[in-house]
Amino acid sequence: MSRLSLRGLTKDYGKLTVVDRIDLTLMEGEFVSLLGPSGCGKTTTLRMIAGFVEPTAGTVEMAGKVISSPGSVLPPERRQMSMIFQSYAIWPNMTVQENVAFGLKLRKLPSEEVRRRVAEILDVVQMGHLAGRYPAELSGGQQQRVALARAIVVKPAVLLLDEPLSNLDANLREEMRFEIRRLHDEFRITTVYVTHDQAEAMATSDRIAVMNAGRIEQVDAPHLLYTRPRTRFVAGFIGRTNLLEARMENGEIGFDGFDVKVAQIDPELGGETRPVLLSVRPQSIRLHSDRPAGLGGRPVVPGVVAQRVFLGETWDYVVQPRNSGTRLRVTAPPLQVHEIGEAVWIDFDPKQMALVE
Amino acid sequence: MNDTAAILPKPAARAAEPRRATILDRLRHIEPVALVWLALVVVLLFLVVAPLAKLFLVSFETQETGAFTLSNYVTAYGRARYRDALVNSLLLGLASATISVVLAVPMAWAVSRTDMPGKGLTWAVVLGAFVVPPYLGAVGWILLAGPNSGVINRVWRAVTGAEGALFNIYSFEGLALVIALHSFPLVFIFVKAALDLVSSEMEDAANILGAGTWTAVRKVSLPLVWPSIMAAFIVIFLETIALFGTPAIIGIPARINVVTTQLWQFFEYPVRVEVAAAYAMPLLLITVGMIAVQKLLLSRKGFVSQTGKGGERRPIKLGPWRWALFGWCAAVGLLSVAMPLLVLLQASFAKAWGRGIALDNLTLRNYRLLIFEHEMALTSIWNTIWFSASAATAAVLIALLIAYIVNRRLVPFGEALGFLAMAPFVIPGIVMAIGFYAAYASPPLALYGTAAIIIFAFTARFLPIAYANSSAAVRAVHPEMEEAARILGSGRLHAISRITAPLVKKALLGGWLIVFIVASRELSAAIFLVGPRTRTMSVLLYDLSEAGNFEVLAAFGGLLLLITMVLVGIGMKLVGRDFMLRRT
Repeated sequence: MSRLSLRGLTKDYGKLTVVDRIDLTLMEGEFVSLLGPSGCGKTTTLRMIAGFVEPTAGTVEMAGKVISSPGSVLPPERRQMSMIFQSYAIWPNMTVQENVAFGLKLRKLPSEEVRRRVAEILDVVQMGHLAGRYPAELSGGQQQRVALARAIVVKPAVLLLDEPLSNLDANLREEMRFEIRRLHDEFRITTVYVTHDQAEAMATSDRIAVMNAGRIEQVDAPHLLYTRPRTRFVAGFIGRTNLLEARMENGEIGFDGFDVKVAQIDPELGGETRPVLLSVRPQSIRLHSDRPAGLGGRPVVPGVVAQRVFLGETWDYVVQPRNSGTRLRVTAPPLQVHEIGEAVWIDFDPKQMALVE
Repeated sequence: MNDTAAILPKPAARAAEPRRATILDRLRHIEPVALVWLALVVVLLFLVVAPLAKLFLVSFETQETGAFTLSNYVTAYGRARYRDALVNSLLLGLASATISVVLAVPMAWAVSRTDMPGKGLTWAVVLGAFVVPPYLGAVGWILLAGPNSGVINRVWRAVTGAEGALFNIYSFEGLALVIALHSFPLVFIFVKAALDLVSSEMEDAANILGAGTWTAVRKVSLPLVWPSIMAAFIVIFLETIALFGTPAIIGIPARINVVTTQLWQFFEYPVRVEVAAAYAMPLLLITVGMIAVQKLLLSRKGFVSQTGKGGERRPIKLGPWRWALFGWCAAVGLLSVAMPLLVLLQASFAKAWGRGIALDNLTLRNYRLLIFEHEMALTSIWNTIWFSASAATAAVLIALLIAYIVNRRLVPFGEALGFLAMAPFVIPGIVMAIGFYAAYASPPLALYGTAAIIIFAFTARFLPIAYANSSAAVRAVHPEMEEAARILGSGRLHAISRITAPLVKKALLGGWLIVFIVASRELSAAIFLVGPRTRTMSVLLYDLSEAGNFEVLAAFGGLLLLITMVLVGIGMKLVGRDFMLRRT
């Protein structure tokens, strides 16, 4: 059952369109990320869902009821949502316990139940022993946990997170990603998560909506976004890739220096003739010192190593196929060492190539 | 998914809405904030715009008939004596601003950048000079350096056997010095704040290239804070030309006429408010112009205020020179605080202050007279307290509402409110008082002699202090703090009262105390507006000084200081040690 729907949601500031006709539907219990570079409108979208910003056009619906439309916005306090802010917004004048109890007290629950639920949730986020502390006495990660507890304890219909990890250091960020996903698995709250960090979105989300310049470019499960990006922007934004221009003709896609059969990439593709753009991940290309055999029709191309960088976990090679101006980024394991100028063979996995717009 | 959205043109998307917002919906969404905004506009028109507009209009009116005329300007600037007063004011402003900079810049540098001993003492000197009302310091200096019976001159004659006086306070130099001795704290605050932002690496960079400590200071540190020094210079220049108390107490006996004392004379019977208004215009124009210059100075890019923090700061080791600097700070402390207060204290317990400290000269008569016999003393103390408290409360309340509306961008053109709230900053207190007199003293409001007109004038005069304070307080509370409460189910007002209010409470208390303290010693705005029953302590002190009764005056000054000190003490305890001296 759908819990939250955005239909044609638009926000203009004067002539500037920040959010441009967004459509998105979340199922009950689903975790969806809005992922995009800064300024792409993802936070504005989130704030429209929360009711802090009035849309210029379009609607926000929750469980089938319109809660935001131009000129009529249900105030945030009546939406049964909760939100985690970039600054955490933990109230410094209240203890951890008082912060977490705030929403429950507003719901006029008996004090016995408030105390029980606060204690429970603080244990869940491993903050039980710090319930009496003031926020100023907590580290950034602990404040983040308080913010999580405060948002979850009210059992919101929808949970909104606005770049919640961007103020944490790298290690803590990784830990909190799993924490957020763990809490979602435990409570199954319908969640919208705004971030510019693709690893964060991938680690937490059921689906990711990639946003660019106020539009949603693609909504898909994380691994599909990676393996089957549908636009040039998505292919470039999610992971690193080689974007190759080619020509589709007679069931074959002709690159500068080699060909691939269309059917190998996507059996459902038509046979028309047109220029195409393909995303080829560096991980999907393999490097060989000698011509490999027995690859079952995978395209194999000779080339020369033009550049290389050792990154610790991998080698990053730039390989130039013979008789071609194309420069391909190829990733190889640490023990696979090739010198610059060395003649090599590369083979492609057509299944991991994706046609993009 | 984006494809389907792209197919739908915008109007179609709008039409697809399940329902249009009804009129009822729209009414429900007019936030009460719009009404508050309207109320604030009315309040600001009353407090700021109307008095100024009236002042301007009155300067072109004929007395009684109200017909248009330029004769007020002819009268105001037709006599050499009146023009000389303007020249005197400007010279006095330059002189006292220069002396203030000379006094305070070494102190600021010493406290901010060096290992000088006694920094706490220097802070105390600065705070002391700041909280002692200038007119009280002026009286102290009359006791110290009056040509005949001043303590310094008597000691000088006794020691050297000379005939004349070492230093005559009834002179232009005397006047400039006394004003500077109570203005320099502003230079100190400005310059220290700027020096605090200069990283030691700036000086290190000069040192490594071969500059000694002194060269580095002269060529690097001081030029970096030059805009702040100039800004402070301008502020003190403006404060001086708008100052009434000290020029009245010292300048009138010394026959040095300045703009403010001349304005006062226009208010002697028969009151010529039209001429006073015309005469006040240059003061207003100079102030507005100089504040604009100051803003330009401080906004220039590339200076310290922009380069900001970062980099280590460690005190410069001065060796024996640190004692020279300490001596300088101590000397300023003696001249500005210790000596004047000591002679005042002595006088307040003396039968006749000129007879010095002797057992048979000690008495409590002066205090007894004030507390039990004087017909106005207790009334004026009470007036001072409740006028100041009312004005501080009103100013902080108005300022907080405006700061909140402006900061949270709740209404379009909210900045206009902030501009109006800051406008009195460029209006000299004495000009504002004349404006209030012109606008509200006579019918239809006929507020002359009422408490209301004084409270309104104080509120308007100190609104900028309250606004700067409230604005900083509101800015410090991240909007997400409130939003976090709202999304959890609390309405806007509930969120403000539960979240924002507790967070800004302390800062507001600090602002309230500052307004209270400056209002409780305000003389120039009060003296034009008081009636027989609404005299404040500052006005009564001035009356006593005109009567020449220095023993009673000293005792009364002591009481005023005591009240101030108690409040400063409360402020330091509740808000922080530097709450008066923070640069906002």
